[in-house]
Amino acid sequence: MKKLLLGNAAVARGAYEAGVRVVSSYPGTPSTEITENIVAYPEIYAEWAPNEKVAAEVAIGASIAGARSMSCMKHVGLNVMADPVFTVSYTGVNAGLVFCVADDPGMHSSQNEQDSRHYAIAAKIPMLEPSDSSECKEFTKLAYEISERFDTPVFIRLSTRISHSQSLVELCDRENDELKPYEKNAPKYVMMPGNAIKRHIDVEKRMLDLKDFSDNSSLNNVEINDNTKIGIICAGTTYLYSHEALGDKVSYLKIGMINPLPEKVILDFCKRFEKIYVVEELDPIIENACKALGIDVIGKDAFTLLGEYTPSMIKSVVLGEKANESSALSENLPARPPVMCAGCPHRGTFYVLKKLGLTVSGDIGCYTLGAVPPLASIDTTVCMGASVSVAHGMGKARGNEFTKKLVSVIGDSTFMHSGITGLSDIVYNKGINTVIILDNSITGMTGHQDNPTTGYTIRGEETKQVNLIMLAKALGIENVVVADPFDVKEFERVVKEETEREEPSVIIAQRPCALLKRVKYSGHCVIGDNCKNCKMCMKLGCPAISIKDNKVVIDNTQCNGCGLCINVCPFQAIKKED
Amino acid sequence: MTKSIMIVGVGGQGTLLASRILGNTVIREGYDVKVSEVHGMSQRGGSVVTYVKYGEKVYSPCIDKGEADLILAFEILEAARALPFLKKDGTMIANTQQINPMPVITGAAEYPSDLQSKIAEKAKLVKLDALSLAQELGNIKTVNVILIGVLAKNSEIEYEKWIQSIKETVPEKFLNVNLKAFDIGYNL
Repeated sequence: MKKLLLGNAAVARGAYEAGVRVVSSYPGTPSTEITENIVAYPEIYAEWAPNEKVAAEVAIGASIAGARSMSCMKHVGLNVMADPVFTVSYTGVNAGLVFCVADDPGMHSSQNEQDSRHYAIAAKIPMLEPSDSSECKEFTKLAYEISERFDTPVFIRLSTRISHSQSLVELCDRENDELKPYEKNAPKYVMMPGNAIKRHIDVEKRMLDLKDFSDNSSLNNVEINDNTKIGIICAGTTYLYSHEALGDKVSYLKIGMINPLPEKVILDFCKRFEKIYVVEELDPIIENACKALGIDVIGKDAFTLLGEYTPSMIKSVVLGEKANESSALSENLPARPPVMCAGCPHRGTFYVLKKLGLTVSGDIGCYTLGAVPPLASIDTTVCMGASVSVAHGMGKARGNEFTKKLVSVIGDSTFMHSGITGLSDIVYNKGINTVIILDNSITGMTGHQDNPTTGYTIRGEETKQVNLIMLAKALGIENVVVADPFDVKEFERVVKEETEREEPSVIIAQRPCALLKRVKYSGHCVIGDNCKNCKMCMKLGCPAISIKDNKVVIDNTQCNGCGLCINVCPFQAIKKED
Repeated sequence: MTKSIMIVGVGGQGTLLASRILGNTVIREGYDVKVSEVHGMSQRGGSVVTYVKYGEKVYSPCIDKGEADLILAFEILEAARALPFLKKDGTMIANTQQINPMPVITGAAEYPSDLQSKIAEKAKLVKLDALSLAQELGNIKTVNVILIGVLAKNSEIEYEKWIQSIKETVPEKFLNVNLKAFDIGYNL
């Protein structure tokens, strides 16, 4: 039976069919739906871990214990889990172990555009790259065979367009789901110098064996068209774009095994053509490998290092053909950047922080949108958890008076991910920072995943809930206050009081995400006659409130009746209607 | 011959469901299909674009400028933004609803005037006020399925196949209202 599946759902299906028993991940666009789709298979134990390092280690443990296992992450999540990754390369596996990493060329939902293929090379781990949903499933199954045959973890590399495109997949039955026996094997699994020295020899030998495997594998596919003088080396998305653009005017080497590359296949392919282009998004990984083999290829001299490619871009470079004719309006159209939703609890927080003129050390989540006008409140955003430690560094650099005008903002899930260690640093090293945990009871940006603070597992079962107040106190924070960011007056008072202290504080800004099913705002807000047009409510940057004919109006198709604007109006001019 | 359809709108308008209904319908015709979606940050009230392509064999899941046979726009500014992607003889189906983007709300930009007539000068435009129709139906969330109804009318695929696909894609408890919404669009 053929089914239309998202690339991510197809990876999950591949894991199911390959007999995977344990999956642990932390959500991250564009990888999230792999683990979400795993939940559909009751045979597989699935969980959201607090961060990618923990998730990878859970998968490693399950593999050593004899279960085929998987961990999925976005590209920057791979940075977080890099530590175990480099060493599990040495230990190898018992049952198959696969890490699925999804890159985001074009940064649809990311803070950088790093190329994960570097990790596969650096950690000496084989990497496969599928180009559609059908390959997502097949390559995942093959990855488990490679993992067990060569005693190695295996990477599947995805990208936004592969992860988030649906195409047809043939479904098969589940196989091999028995546990492998577990036997203690310290020389293999205890990585201290005496053992690791020996394992490193195995790793290098394994990579040579895998090179041979890559050269003979159907993962790499040569497609020769008659009378062609140009050869294209491509992988994943760029195979699709190249084929769309160039059809049978060129020949293709589609690489499915990115590490180690099939060097003999590449050499043989290149001999047949006058001109060879390497078409790859992001960094020149295949190009540099070709050049090291002494092949004269055209790569990043003709193609950009930035963003996603398109068929028309490839057509123009390779064939010199112009893009299709198209018409556009002559005027400049206003951009439509993402915004916080109507009813978003973060809006109240940023309204107050902006009003108080504080320096705001930001983090990764929906609330990063607090950097966008009119709230324009956030000063820095680097990576998960950095809001806390960056603010500590700022405070140590500029002293206590500066720190009293500085706060960190971090979501509940992000705090559990990597904010706790930063907070412990502040206490230990006598910082006086104020950290605001934006507790909206969910991991919002990636589409509502539970986390240790929500009280539910990935399957919606009730579980113990981390108590953020007790956690902060246990770390040594004496001033912990819970406040509702929609009660703007009280929230402002709390922020002032806590930032003025010569001690560290934690404010838990508590209000659930407006998109959660249990959150039931009703009716909508309307502007009444006593509106003085002071435009205070416009400072909220609510998508429902705008100016029409010089008067403030609320669009009731956008408004969900959250009532935040009622709380900021100095003239009580806004009322709620059913 | 590959057919290329683009669905554009504002995050939260239900473009994803529309593209899934379309995708599930064209599989019934036995085509190879690719649907490219947008998840994550861009979904939060920003411009969203979904591509649906079908034919004997589809390679790229994305649509380039000048390539779309049909664009289904959920909002008129987004229709204008997507116009360069339309083929010379392609059709634009546009909901006339206006949703102000943040730069317009903050006063940094103005919402362009007369977009409907400006688009109609450049392309074949089928326009409708899907929001009012959805309001009359009593559920503003059905805008997406009303628009799919209009798209269906402008396609060569039979009515029944669309209905089957809606039944498969839409959750049971919203099925009735969505079937009604589809008919409203289809019979316009």
